Amino acid sequence: MTETIPVTDSHGTVPVADPHQPLVQVRDLEVGFQTQNGIVKAVRGVSFDIYPGETVAIVGESGSGKSTTATALMKLLPGNGDITGGEVLVEGTNIVDHNEKQMASIRGGIIGYVPQDPMSNLNPVWSVGFQVREAIRANGVANGKKEIEARAVEVLQQAGLGDAERRMKQFPHQFSGGMRQRVLIGIGLGADPKLLIADEPTSALDVTVQKVILDHIESLTRDKGTAVLLITHDLGLAAERASKVIVMNQGRIVEAGPSKDLLTNPQHPYTQRLIAAAPSLASRRLESSIAGESQDAKTFDVAQMAEQRAEAVDADAAPVVSVRDLTKVFTIRKGGFRSEPFTAVDKISFDIPKGTTLALVGESGSGKSTAAKMILGLEEPTAGEITVGGTAMTGVSRKDLFNLRSRMQPVFQDPYSSLDPQRSIASSIAEPMRVHKTGDKEARRERVLELLEQVSLPAELFNRYPNELSGGQRQRVAIARALALKPDVVVLDEAVSALDVLVQAQILQLLADLQAELGLTYLFITHDLAVVRVIADNVAVMERGKIVESGSTDQIFESAREPYTQRLLDAIPGAGLEWTV
Amino acid sequence: MTLYVVKRLLQAIPVFFGTTFIIYFMVFSMPGDPILAMFGDRTPNPAVVEALREQYNLDQPFIVQYFIYIKDFLTGNLGATFSGQSVNEVFARAFPVTLKLVTIAVVAEFILAVGFGLLSGLRKGKFADHASLLLALVLNSIPPFVALFIAQYFIGIKLGWAPVTVGANATWGALLLPGVTIALTIYVVGMRLMRGSVIEAREGDYVRTAYAKGLTSKRVTPVHVARNSLIPVITNTAASFGALIAGTTVTEGIFNIPGIGKVLYDAIIRGEIPTVVSFVTILTVMYIIVNILVDLLYAVLDPRIRYV
Repeated sequence: MTETIPVTDSHGTVPVADPHQPLVQVRDLEVGFQTQNGIVKAVRGVSFDIYPGETVAIVGESGSGKSTTATALMKLLPGNGDITGGEVLVEGTNIVDHNEKQMASIRGGIIGYVPQDPMSNLNPVWSVGFQVREAIRANGVANGKKEIEARAVEVLQQAGLGDAERRMKQFPHQFSGGMRQRVLIGIGLGADPKLLIADEPTSALDVTVQKVILDHIESLTRDKGTAVLLITHDLGLAAERASKVIVMNQGRIVEAGPSKDLLTNPQHPYTQRLIAAAPSLASRRLESSIAGESQDAKTFDVAQMAEQRAEAVDADAAPVVSVRDLTKVFTIRKGGFRSEPFTAVDKISFDIPKGTTLALVGESGSGKSTAAKMILGLEEPTAGEITVGGTAMTGVSRKDLFNLRSRMQPVFQDPYSSLDPQRSIASSIAEPMRVHKTGDKEARRERVLELLEQVSLPAELFNRYPNELSGGQRQRVAIARALALKPDVVVLDEAVSALDVLVQAQILQLLADLQAELGLTYLFITHDLAVVRVIADNVAVMERGKIVESGSTDQIFESAREPYTQRLLDAIPGAGLEWTV
Repeated sequence: MTLYVVKRLLQAIPVFFGTTFIIYFMVFSMPGDPILAMFGDRTPNPAVVEALREQYNLDQPFIVQYFIYIKDFLTGNLGATFSGQSVNEVFARAFPVTLKLVTIAVVAEFILAVGFGLLSGLRKGKFADHASLLLALVLNSIPPFVALFIAQYFIGIKLGWAPVTVGANATWGALLLPGVTIALTIYVVGMRLMRGSVIEAREGDYVRTAYAKGLTSKRVTPVHVARNSLIPVITNTAASFGALIAGTTVTEGIFNIPGIGKVLYDAIIRGEIPTVVSFVTILTVMYIIVNILVDLLYAVLDPRIRYV
């Protein structure tokens, strides 16, 4: 294998490795984690090949073993994890029994790595330049202080950091998420590896940034002939970027093949479910399964159900929520005693007719969450009016505001942190009723049981605690809690963004069912336009505190006027795919 | 940065006045007449008493006395002891001794905390970790004065490796035994902080990224694990610096070290108000300055902290 290690200078061309010889061969890989309950197998007999220059994607939900497989290739498993069986051949050599020093020569130089979360993957106490130089020095691609420095600047420039020379001295906290991810891409590709493992490289970033970063990885690796192993939960993204897709579930490969075949002609039922549930691949508004034709709740198909959305919404009905010129100005400290105003929300106006869903979309920092907080009465507006069901919310007494709050309830993004771990499920769901002194103990108990049924949770969960529930179940509990006071409006702040695609589809279906059953009005805050398409009737696009475009979902998706909206739409993974269901 | 230092010094002003006022008020409220106390058992001439009262401004209202005292303090006049010595001189003699002692203790504490903390953190759950935790627990459980007596008896008297008492000429060497002994009884807190942050840092994403670059643990451990873990340990050590200076009374008593603790203790026993008030005030000011220096040190250790 030694003769296949190319000695390249940073400006020279990369010698083309034999394209018929796999770069990495994984054979019956098994990975186990030591836990209090013995060894838990996370990967159970996985085999695949990666050839030089090709892009392979592993797709799966959280817990499927996709990230574990990727880290096992570099032997970077967490302390309690270990390869318990099988082989990993890198350029023909089995690395399973390699020691630390041997692994160090493979990491960086042969296999580069771009991690998921740019916020936590750079050491906060060292400058960006230091961390890039370190990667270059470790792999011997440049020698001497000057050469290393020059190479570091070059690598960062290639990764898309325009003024790299100046920014080398800066620290990670002075970079935005997208910029940090560029630094990490620079580090990953710094030593010209033959394979780049990109583990959900964009899931922590804004949609438009996601697209730019992925485009960048694609063009860089294409130019250098680097193979890419892309780990993702998004089937649309995988199909768009990779030539070969591997679908994993519960530590096993359920299906693998060329991405186009896999998407158009999935063989395994799990893959079929994944494709059906992916909002990025659906085309229309999701309809309640109750109102629609008889549907098996287990085998819903987002695209199919969306077709059945009746045109029953009465657009002339008085709006439940009406917002006029809503403005929020924050004061930002500028050091010393100086400060300057920052307009987070700038004179936004919209109406939400009863029983419909308005999606408020935009990138992080666009002001969409601040707007939601003001509507929930959690943040005092600087100016403007909010009317809920004909009652003004602004300029009212604390007591009136308290009563108004029962008519608007929130569901937040993270199902893990939005439930008190010390409270039982029943106690959490009943809390709004206790606070608003609704009914007696027995009535509240009845209501909790009713709510559990409405969100399709078994009554046995009554006395359980959040840590015994899955993410999807927790989000159902959060929805039940939001519905406890029979609100008119539910504000869903990124309520499905943290969920796996299959669970996400189930929750979206539940929301659609509840809307049809209870006549709920939703304000849906999200950055994910793919989800908007299947849940919203109307869309308002926010950019830097202003609503730049609004209209019906179909209007926006078919003929967006604003370039910003168009950019958001283009950023949906899989948007560029041509395929037939 | 400069602005921050200025701001912190400005913040120190109310702290300075607050603490000195409380100290002065407490001493003022103590029972007994300091003038009469000067005469012991004899009954003084009322005219002499009046003259002395005027001389020491004791005929003035409390608040005026306080400001006279502050004026004297700020102009560097700390008053005189009963034996007529200037408090300035007494302080200038005692302070360097205590500073040496505390420096030894703090440096030893830091080395012990970082060393054992790193060892424990890297070998979490293994024998070295358990042994190091047990050792720290045992040492921490011994009250400092007991530990000091044990050290004095075995190392000083039985083995004769170190002087038993320090005496007037307090050299670094003579202060090594008491200083290290104090460190041994207090390093457990810093060690546990270090251990905790090392365990956290080891599993951190940026450490995994460092390994993914192709670095070996020889480089990752000091540069990415230990470096990031130092911040809480340094905070703890620096905070103990002030407490140690104020708490040297017992150590200096046992080893007969002529430092601030011993002088202060003797002054309290003799009721020498000028010495007590002046020493406590100086210690307060020092404590404030040390804390500002610690805060500035953060910026060096953690670039995310910016002073605005």
